[in-house]
Amino acid sequence: MTFLAIQRQERPWLLSALATAALIGLPIVSVIYLALFPEENAWTHLANTVLPYYLKNTLILMLGVVTLTFLVGTGSAWLISMYNFPGKRWLSWALLLPFAVPAYVVAYVYTDLLEYAGPVQSTLRAVFGWQSMEDYWFPEVRSMGGAILMMSLALYPYVYMLARTSFLDQSVSLYQVSRSLGVTPFVFFYRVSLPIARPAIAVGLALVLMETLNDFGTVDYFAVQTLTAGLYDTWLNMGNLGGAAQIASVMVLVVVLLVSLERYSRRQQKQFNSRNPGNPIPCQTLTGTKAALATTAALLPVLLGFVIPFVVLTSYAFRYFDVSWSTEFVSYATNSFTLSAAAAIITLILGTLLAYSKRMNKHPITDAAIRISSLGYAVPGAVLAIGIIIPFAWFDNQLDAFMRATFGISTGLILSGTAFAVLFAYLVRFLAVASGSIESSLEKVTPNMDMASRSLGHSYLSTLTRIHLPIIRRGALTAMLVVFVDCMKELPATLILRPFNFETLATQVYQFASDELLEQSALSALVIVMVGIIPVMLLDKTISRQEK
Amino acid sequence: MNTVFKVALSLTLIMGSTLSFANEVNIYSYRQPFLIKPLFDAFTKQSGIEVNVVFAKKGLAERLVREGKNSPADLVFTVDIGRLNEVKEKGVVQAVSSSILTANIPTQYRDPDNQWFGLTTRTRSIYASKERVDLNKLQSYEDLANPEWKGRICTRSGKHPYNLALIASMIAHHGEAKTETWLNGVKDNLARRPQGNDRAQVKAIKEGVCDLSLGNNYYYGKMISNEEQSAWANAVHLTFPNQNNRGTHVNISGMALTKSAPNKENAIKLMEFLSQELAQQIYAEQNYEYPVNPNVAPSGLVQSWGEFKSDNLSLTTIAKLRKDAAKLVDKVAFDE
Repeated sequence: MTFLAIQRQERPWLLSALATAALIGLPIVSVIYLALFPEENAWTHLANTVLPYYLKNTLILMLGVVTLTFLVGTGSAWLISMYNFPGKRWLSWALLLPFAVPAYVVAYVYTDLLEYAGPVQSTLRAVFGWQSMEDYWFPEVRSMGGAILMMSLALYPYVYMLARTSFLDQSVSLYQVSRSLGVTPFVFFYRVSLPIARPAIAVGLALVLMETLNDFGTVDYFAVQTLTAGLYDTWLNMGNLGGAAQIASVMVLVVVLLVSLERYSRRQQKQFNSRNPGNPIPCQTLTGTKAALATTAALLPVLLGFVIPFVVLTSYAFRYFDVSWSTEFVSYATNSFTLSAAAAIITLILGTLLAYSKRMNKHPITDAAIRISSLGYAVPGAVLAIGIIIPFAWFDNQLDAFMRATFGISTGLILSGTAFAVLFAYLVRFLAVASGSIESSLEKVTPNMDMASRSLGHSYLSTLTRIHLPIIRRGALTAMLVVFVDCMKELPATLILRPFNFETLATQVYQFASDELLEQSALSALVIVMVGIIPVMLLDKTISRQEK
Repeated sequence: MNTVFKVALSLTLIMGSTLSFANEVNIYSYRQPFLIKPLFDAFTKQSGIEVNVVFAKKGLAERLVREGKNSPADLVFTVDIGRLNEVKEKGVVQAVSSSILTANIPTQYRDPDNQWFGLTTRTRSIYASKERVDLNKLQSYEDLANPEWKGRICTRSGKHPYNLALIASMIAHHGEAKTETWLNGVKDNLARRPQGNDRAQVKAIKEGVCDLSLGNNYYYGKMISNEEQSAWANAVHLTFPNQNNRGTHVNISGMALTKSAPNKENAIKLMEFLSQELAQQIYAEQNYEYPVNPNVAPSGLVQSWGEFKSDNLSLTTIAKLRKDAAKLVDKVAFDE
C-alpha cells in the first residue's frame, strides 16, 4: 500500500505519527552518529581500560536487582493472591507504595541511617562500648550490595503488580485439576501458576532492568561505576564527548536486548489472554505462626521501601523546616510542577495522536512509527541527554548565525539553553507511557461507534473529540498523572539538560544529598514522594476492580 | 483552557529567565557558590554591579563550547589548573591585558598568553592520623606507595582534577613508567575504593577506616572552624610532602574571561577587584587559601601550619600532562 493509496483524510494523522517517531528517534540517531564520528577517538583506550569494568558493574547490578525484585515481587504477589492472613487487604495496596519513592531517595535515607556516624551504628557503639570501626564489623552501605538492595526496594513493585494481576487472572479450574491430581499448593505454584505468569513477570523484570540501567543518583552516590556513571565521567569530567557517546551506544545495545526480551514475552502472553478467566483461585486461610510469618513477609518490603524512608524524610522536613522552606524551595517546586505538567499535557496529546492513528489504519508505517516512539521509554536519561543537547546546540547556533546574518537579530540558544530541552527529554522518555495507556483505553471502545459517527458526517478529529475522548477520559487522566509523577522523579536527564540557574526538586535533592546535607533537602524529597502516592492509589483501584 | 494558558505562560517565564540584564556579570563556577559569595558581595557593594553565579561540579567547559557565542557567561571560575587550561585549549576564553592583573598576580600564576589568571594557591597535602602514623616514615608522595601503608590510605576518585594534577606532576618528575608503578603501589595500599570528597577521607581517618589521606590544605581550616568536623581535623596531622627535595605539589584556583563575554567591561572590573588586597584578604581569611597577591599574607591559622617549600614545576606543564594522568588512572584501574 503506497502513501497515495491512503485516504486523504487519514494522511495528516499518518504524517504526524511519522513526525513524532522522527523526533523520538533523533536522540538515538545522534548518539550513534557521535559515537561513529568522534572528534577524538578514545575507543581503544576505553575498550582496553574502563569500559569492561563499567559493563561488568552494570551487569552485576542488573543481575542482582533482577533476582531480588523477582523474589520479593513474585513472592509477595503469591502470598497476597493465594492466602488469607491478617492485614492482607491493606498490604495488597501498601506493597505498591515503594513506587512513590525514587531509588536515589531510598539510597540517601539509608546511607544517612546506616553510615558510621548514623543513628544505627552510633547506638550499637554506645550499647556495646565499641570505640572505632576497628572494634566491629558493619556492612558498608555505599557498595554494590547496597546499590542492589536500594534499587530493589524501589523497583520490586513493577514485578509485584504484574505478577499479582496475572495470578488474579488464573482460572480456578486449573487449580482444581492440579489439586485433584494430588499436587500440593507449593508445587502448583512453581509448576503451573508461575509458568503461566511468566510472560507478565518477564515484562515487569524488563521494566526493572531498564530502570536499573537508567539510574544515576544511586550509583553516583555509592561510587558504583556503571555505564551511566562512566558516561557522566567521560563526558563532563574528562571532556570526551565522543567517548561518552560510545559508552551511550553500548547502553543502547543493552536496551535493544531488553526491549526484544520484553516484546518476546508480550508475544507469548497473547495466547494466555484468550482464555476465559472464570472464577479466581480461592484463598487458603492461614492461622497461627504461618499467618504471622506471612504478614511479616509481606510487611517487610513496605516497611523498608516506604515506611522508613517516609518517616525519616518527614521528621527531617519538620526539624529543618525553617531552612528548607525558602523562596528557593518554592521556585524549585514551581519548576518541577510546571515542567511535569507541561510534559504530561503534551505527551497526552501526542500519545492520543499516535494511538488514534493506529486505530484508524493498520498501515505498517503507522505501526513502525509507534514502535519507534515507544522505544524512548527504554533509553536511559543520560543517553537521551547527550542525544538531545548536541543536535539542539548545533541547531541553535546555526539558526542564530543565520538570523544574525540575514536579519541582524540574535535568537540565542532557544532550544538547548532553555527548559525546552528538559521538556523534550521527558516527552521522548514518557510518551510510551501515555500512548500505551490510551491505546488500551481506545481498544475498549467498539469500532461501531467510529463508523456511526463517520457515517453521520463527522471528521476523524471531531469523532475523536466528541466520541472517544469523553469515553476514555479516565484512562487519559491516569496516563497524564503517571507521566507527571515520572517527570517529577526524573534525575539523570534533568541534571544535564536543565538551563543554568534552574533547579527542580529532584536536582536539588541530588545536589544537597551529594554534599551530605540530606536534612536540608528532605522537604523536596518528601514532596516528590507524596505526589508519587497519587498514581499508586489509582493503580490499586484498577487492580481491585479487576479483583471484583 | 485557563490551565493550559497558565502553563504556557510559566514556561515562557522559565525560558525567559536565562536572558541577561544590564549592569551585571555572569559567572560559570566550578567553585561552590558559598565559597565565593562573600567576595562577590564585596564587589557589588563597591561597584554596584550584580554578580550572577551558576555552579556545577562538572561540564561547564563543554557547556561553553556548545553555547558558542550565545553563551550568557562572562567569566569561568575553576578550582584547578587542568580546567583553566581546558577552557583555553577549547578556545572559549580570551586574553585580558590589564596592568592591575599583571601587577598583582606573579608570572608563575598566570597564563603566558594572559588567557587565565590564578587567584589562590593550595597544596595537595597528606593528612595523617595523629595516633597511628609515624611521620618520619612519611616524607613524600613517593612514600605513599610503600608496602608499609597497605590498606591504610583513603582518597577521592583518582580522576578528580586535584588528584590528576598531582599525578601529572609525578609524570613530569619521574616519567610515565615510574609514575605507573607508583600509582599501582598507591592503589594497592588503598583501604577502600576511592569515593567521597577530601573531607570525607579525613572523617574516615577519624573513624579508623584508614590512616592516611590526600587532601587540599585549606580543608583543614574549614574543618577546624566547623563544629561537627573539628573532631575530624583534630584526629590528623596536616603534612607538606617532599620538603627534602622538590617541594609540595601546589595547584591554583583561577578565572578566565569567555570569548563571547556579553559584559566584558564589568567582567574585567571583577577580575581586577579579585586580584586586589581586599578580595585576596577574604580568600585568605575565609577560605584558608594562600593569596597569589604577594602583598597579602595568609591567615593566622594558615600561617600556624608552618612555612613550606613548594614544587615550582610550571602549571602549564602540569596542565599539559593532565590527559596522560587520566589515562594512567584508567590503566591501573585506580578507582576500581
